[in-house]
Amino acid sequence: MSDIQNLQSYDPFADLGDSKDTGDQQGYIHIRIQQRNGRKTLTTIQGLPSNFDKKRMLKIFKKDFACNGTLVEDEELGSVIQLQGDQRVKVLTLLTTEGGIDKKQVKIHGF
Amino acid sequence: MSAEIEEKLQSMDLQEEDPSLMFDLSMKKKKKKSKKTEEEPVEEAQESQDAAPADAAEEDPMAMFGEKKKKKKKVKVEDDAAVEGGEEAAADGESFDFGDMKKKKKKSKKVDFSAFEDGQDQEGEDGARDPDDPFAADDDEGARSSSKGADSEEGWIGSNRDYTYTELLSRVFKILRQNNPELAGEKKRYTIVPPSVMRDGNKKTVFANVADICKRMHRQPEHVIQFLFAELGTSGSIDGSQRLVIKGRFQQKQIEAVLRRYIVEYVTCKTCKSPDTILTKENRLFFLQCEACGSTRSVSAIKSGFQAQTGKRAAQRVKAAA
Ligand SMILES: [Zn+2]
Repeated sequence: MSDIQNLQSYDPFADLGDSKDTGDQQGYIHIRIQQRNGRKTLTTIQGLPSNFDKKRMLKIFKKDFACNGTLVEDEELGSVIQLQGDQRVKVLTLLTTEGGIDKKQVKIHGF
Repeated sequence: MSAEIEEKLQSMDLQEEDPSLMFDLSMKKKKKKSKKTEEEPVEEAQESQDAAPADAAEEDPMAMFGEKKKKKKKVKVEDDAAVEGGEEAAADGESFDFGDMKKKKKKSKKVDFSAFEDGQDQEGEDGARDPDDPFAADDDEGARSSSKGADSEEGWIGSNRDYTYTELLSRVFKILRQNNPELAGEKKRYTIVPPSVMRDGNKKTVFANVADICKRMHRQPEHVIQFLFAELGTSGSIDGSQRLVIKGRFQQKQIEAVLRRYIVEYVTCKTCKSPDTILTKENRLFFLQCEACGSTRSVSAIKSGFQAQTGKRAAQRVKAAA
């Protein structure tokens, strides 16, 4: 009986709420910039795929861009890499050339 | 509309090309034949000399136009020569093409919003203003009149050379614009005044004409401001005289770049590029409906995402404790 698909009470159109897309916002990698005091800025990289070793990436970023950075664990958004300064373009090029990530997967925010 | 254009084109052809008209018909027939060559091998043998280059020319649309023209004009020339001339014309057509394309780009006043998409990529280059820039509200008239000047050239009339396809096309549109402009797609261009941005003290930026810009985009100020804050990774407030005070230091071009992105994402219709759209919210989803073509697309809600802590940690701790 249970193998008759029509009798199962699963509704594929049911509203599952925001549960999924708040996590990584439709699978995009978001690169943002924030202003700190003065001319200083901060770059955040959110939504990196779970199979990426963020610690290693942070190390590479720090060394390649000659900036400091840290890994922040957010309850909703997962681990986020923070870098000092505006590293958005450099992050994008590194992700696309070395990380094998499609440019369309990445959203750069900011001014 | 297309029927009308065709009629006009035909009447134009008649006026200009009367003597060659008779011959024109026969040439057309020939062309038809050469198209059929694949099905009729016998004819192919007869005409293989002409057919092969003609087919080659047909692959390239510019080449085809070039050849047709040539055939109309060169009345008493032998077939082989005509075909050769056609190839020449094809080459001509291609070399002309570049210049014409450039001209066309300057002229394309009707393309309201395509500039924005380019704008995304060339954000960094601030000085060079695109003529289609919706933020360039004022110097519009000058550009328009100069583009008219470019329209009126019909260089082939006095000279020995043939007209090109693009020249004819611009001629059709010129006539169309003179007689019934609504058919030529000449509508009022959508313009936005540049954002007026100034510094407020050392740490804040005032965006004075938000209300005006929101009105021009037909969007709720709240939505626009939410987007601005999310993109700039900051916060702010509206002061007594409807100006937006943003925390942090921002330049006009930076705000403008963000507004451009907002327009691409939340204002223009992706189908017809029209800016006349309505943003509606239906159970948590935002939809953009186009007033011009009626298409609807869903747009993502604005999310500010991860916000790093940038303030003083001590102040944060006090706030958390309170
Ligand atoms: Zn539309």
